[in-house]
Amino acid sequence: MHSLFLVRRSLRQHKLSTAVTVIATALACGLVMAVFALSAQTRAAFVGGDIGFDAVLGARGSKLQLVLNTVFHLETSPGNIPYKLYKTVEADPAVELALPYALGDNYQGFRIVGTSEQLFAFEYQVGKKYRVAAPGRAFNSRYAEAVIGSEVAARTGLRAGSKFYPTHGTNPDGMVHEEDEFLVVGVMEPTNTPSDRVIWIPMEAFFRIGGHVFANDKGEMYEPKDVDTIPDEHKEISAVMLRFRGRAPITGMRLSQRINNSGNVATLAWPLDGVMGELFDKLGWVTKILELVAYLVVLVAAGSILASLYNTMNERRREFAILRALGATRTTVFAAIITESAVIAAFGAVLGFAVYFLILTVAASVVKDRTGVIVDTLAFNPALWKTPLYMIGLGALSGILPALKAYGTDVATNLTPQT
Amino acid sequence: MSVLAVSDLLKSYRAPDGTTTPVIDIADFAVSAGEQVALRGASGSGKTTLLHLIAGILTADGGSIEVDGRFVTDASEVTRDRIRAQSIGYVFQTFNLLQGYTALENVRLGMMFGTGANTGRARELLTRVGLGDRLDYRPSQLSVGQQQRVAVARALANQPPLVLADEPTGNLDPRLAGEALTLIRDLCREQDAALLLVSHDSSILAQFDRVVDLAELNRAHLNYESTTPTDA
Repeated sequence: MHSLFLVRRSLRQHKLSTAVTVIATALACGLVMAVFALSAQTRAAFVGGDIGFDAVLGARGSKLQLVLNTVFHLETSPGNIPYKLYKTVEADPAVELALPYALGDNYQGFRIVGTSEQLFAFEYQVGKKYRVAAPGRAFNSRYAEAVIGSEVAARTGLRAGSKFYPTHGTNPDGMVHEEDEFLVVGVMEPTNTPSDRVIWIPMEAFFRIGGHVFANDKGEMYEPKDVDTIPDEHKEISAVMLRFRGRAPITGMRLSQRINNSGNVATLAWPLDGVMGELFDKLGWVTKILELVAYLVVLVAAGSILASLYNTMNERRREFAILRALGATRTTVFAAIITESAVIAAFGAVLGFAVYFLILTVAASVVKDRTGVIVDTLAFNPALWKTPLYMIGLGALSGILPALKAYGTDVATNLTPQT
Repeated sequence: MSVLAVSDLLKSYRAPDGTTTPVIDIADFAVSAGEQVALRGASGSGKTTLLHLIAGILTADGGSIEVDGRFVTDASEVTRDRIRAQSIGYVFQTFNLLQGYTALENVRLGMMFGTGANTGRARELLTRVGLGDRLDYRPSQLSVGQQQRVAVARALANQPPLVLADEPTGNLDPRLAGEALTLIRDLCREQDAALLLVSHDSSILAQFDRVVDLAELNRAHLNYESTTPTDA
């Protein structure tokens, strides 16, 4: 009770140094909470979320590259697999869904993915399907049509009825397929997934883009005509997104063994969360360094509390002497300083939430812009209650040295004004 | 009945070279309840040291001090703090108001460590000393005379049985000194508090029925050099 009265007056008396210290503490607190929350949420977004598939079948190579390329639409494609492999896997009774992906073009940097109409039928999350916003519709596999993600529409200005020409490769400044005009027939409703950044076109239309069919095993080339069906032997695709019947892990194990034993043709990235988990485990040291930096900032903030209080101790010796002369015990004076440092830390912790939301909002925007992954700024993380509590505790500890100095103030000596 | 009883009180100052110099050596001294006593003493005669010993701010080397039935000497520091908070009001020459606090808060502080802060009483006291319209003023916004009145109100806020006043008019001009002395004495009478006032101003001393000469009371004064002893 005494302490709070004394603390209020002291904070009022030292407004400037208190404000600076509170801001330093807020920055530290907000930074720590943001580092932990961002770390947890990006991991959850990349590793933990259900994307509707159990595995990705792609060219022999890095599983991580395959997953980043197909699930998050990042990185370049590791290569192609024969179309007949897709048909074989699709025919496997244990496979519920085999969605082909053919990648290789972009429009203004947004990936163009050739796929089947099954895209609009499966649930990418429980109860959620890709829906085309009115007045659009899903593409017709027989035509050069496209359905674009909501982010693509927002960024490029394309909408239902717009036409565009794909650019070869992933570089937006690459060669434009000037003879392959696509008509946008719909815009996807926002999904808050990387798919919002994708332009979806029919597989057949993809193969009809110049240079997208291949020589067969005999080295014979093929020139697709408008009316005929492209023979499978001239087709290659980038990946097959697989969902197992009953989502049974045993299917993944069996397929994985089969693919691995079939030579250097394909890779099965399974389980998906395991692949991404490995990435985050490998990058764990980055998180650790960020955490370390955050902890150091916290220590600096605690140091600033100590310094701001300690620096006032000389000018406050007379104040303590007067308080003691009025009957305050050494413990009262000691407790007042500890409370003051804890209160400064508490103010900083409260203000730290503003810093936290600011950092997270900016970071969420950057992450979404680069990857399409949504970081929920309002999601709960244990760091949101632990950090303020630890900060207040550390703030109280920071007050010990100044408090000891106040505790040891000699009353008789300091009652007289110092000249 | 004595509200203050001093007996065989000894206090020495230890110089850096290890030698000790007696500062206070008082055989017997008492102040009755409600009595007003002036203590005459030249600068450096040990006046402040004696008041600090009575208030428990300094500890004695020997002898005893009893305030309102409680022994200050031999008491623990916490007990001395409690006696000071509950039984002693202290008026300083330099007022010793806390600059960051308003007049009202300064007076509340005078009660806080004793019987507990009472804003109503603090307001009444300030009104009584003529500062009812200056409750929220900081010391720096008050005149010297007004600051001393706040200090007097603070000393009496806790209704202590004993008020110690250390040259309370030393920083005031004669007119203000007279007013301040009248105020202190009147308030002590109103609250039935004993007053032990230290001064070397003859015009002040002349107003007291009982004036004690510290030079006669303190057997150590002849050897004393102006020094403020501190507790270890």
